[in-house]
Amino acid sequence: MRRAVSVLAVLALAGAAVFWWVTRPVVAGASVLDGITPDLAQGELVFHAGGCASCHSADKADGEAKLVLSGGRAFASPFGTFYAPNISSDPEHGIGGWSALDLYNAMKHGVSPGGRHYFPAFPYTSYVRATAEDIMSLHAYMQTLPADATANRAHDVGFPFNIRRSLGGWKVLFGSEGWVVEADLTEEEARGRYLAEALGHCGECHTPRNVLGGPDYGRWLAGAPNPTGSGRIPNITPAKFDWSKADIVEYFTSGFTPEFDTVGGHMVDVVENLSKLPREDRAAIAAYLKKVPGVE
Amino acid sequence: MRFKQGVILGAAAAIFAGGIAIAGGHGGNPAVKARKAHMQLYAHNLGILGGMAKGEVEFNAETAELAAGNLATLASMNQMTYWPPGTSTAELGEETRALPVGWESASMDDVIGKAGALAEAAVAMQAAAGSLEGVQANIGAVGGACGACHKVYRQPDS
Repeated sequence: MRRAVSVLAVLALAGAAVFWWVTRPVVAGASVLDGITPDLAQGELVFHAGGCASCHSADKADGEAKLVLSGGRAFASPFGTFYAPNISSDPEHGIGGWSALDLYNAMKHGVSPGGRHYFPAFPYTSYVRATAEDIMSLHAYMQTLPADATANRAHDVGFPFNIRRSLGGWKVLFGSEGWVVEADLTEEEARGRYLAEALGHCGECHTPRNVLGGPDYGRWLAGAPNPTGSGRIPNITPAKFDWSKADIVEYFTSGFTPEFDTVGGHMVDVVENLSKLPREDRAAIAAYLKKVPGVE
Repeated sequence: MRFKQGVILGAAAAIFAGGIAIAGGHGGNPAVKARKAHMQLYAHNLGILGGMAKGEVEFNAETAELAAGNLATLASMNQMTYWPPGTSTAELGEETRALPVGWESASMDDVIGKAGALAEAAVAMQAAAGSLEGVQANIGAVGGACGACHKVYRQPDS
């Protein structure tokens, strides 16, 4: 009996040790940014392609006010409500004190400078595919944006999802640095893949999730329930989405659908961002969408 | 005999179908129908410009300027009577997508400002519609102006 108890205790300890090891926040060292020089213009492009302002500007901010990344917008999910943090250049309330490496580890590993896991409402499962050069440039650009002293609001997430450590396991299950679409691609399609799968994080809304909130890579971009609770985010794979490449580019440029209605819902913000990219980049995303495997 | 039956049946069907068309044409709130028709006219003229911008239709300066001129005229029209109180989604349900917030007094300046922004964008398009580059450079601003109003005051498509 005593022996059984001690065996169980040893097993429990071993299990806890494995959990602790598997779920530990893993970050990169400074050498990943060695020899990279930031480029402000490139950083601005990455900022728009990444859609940072769509989530991190204040609720209902418009125009120039979208560059004030004070946070505060609420994002409902089956796991609770997340509030976008302040990522303005304010050193105390924002991320003005962050190094480029801090931003790199946040975006690619979902780990804060203090060593905590971020919730994947922050789309690091997509940003993980971003290049070190782009993150370095983004960091430099974001430092030029206004500071704002709005305090962060704590997420409203219930037990057990509020155990940050368990997100380490979530990352092991669902994080992947590889490309989702692995077909042979032209240079343009590959650029589109980078913009769509990494910076643009299209899959975060357009790909359905499993019960644990992990993306279902087998149904990549095949549409999903709208997290706001009303309607669905559409299937944009070639099986269900037949707009021409020119139609898609026009939609990304002016927001006009092929019927000349305007873009709606959260896509309004996406189009606002995409319209700031060079036309070739919008064409590249359209070319990529034509290469995504069709899912009914 | 069979011919006569056929004629009568055909006539009956035509009357029935016509009745449906008349009912369809006369039903619904007239203000909602007017504003939808106005939007349809925007879409038609934008389709001409957009088809050229996309490269689907060969550019023709005369046609482009005509469409852009229509757009500017449409955007300058006084639409007050299209939007009487009591014609939002709150009162009319699925007949409209116009949200009640558009009628709140706090929204008035914004609504007028956004309508003005569309008129400006349409005038800029008209001035530039003589060249394909001009159309391409200006259609984004027109779309942005349309979308800015839809984003706040129109129920999202589900």
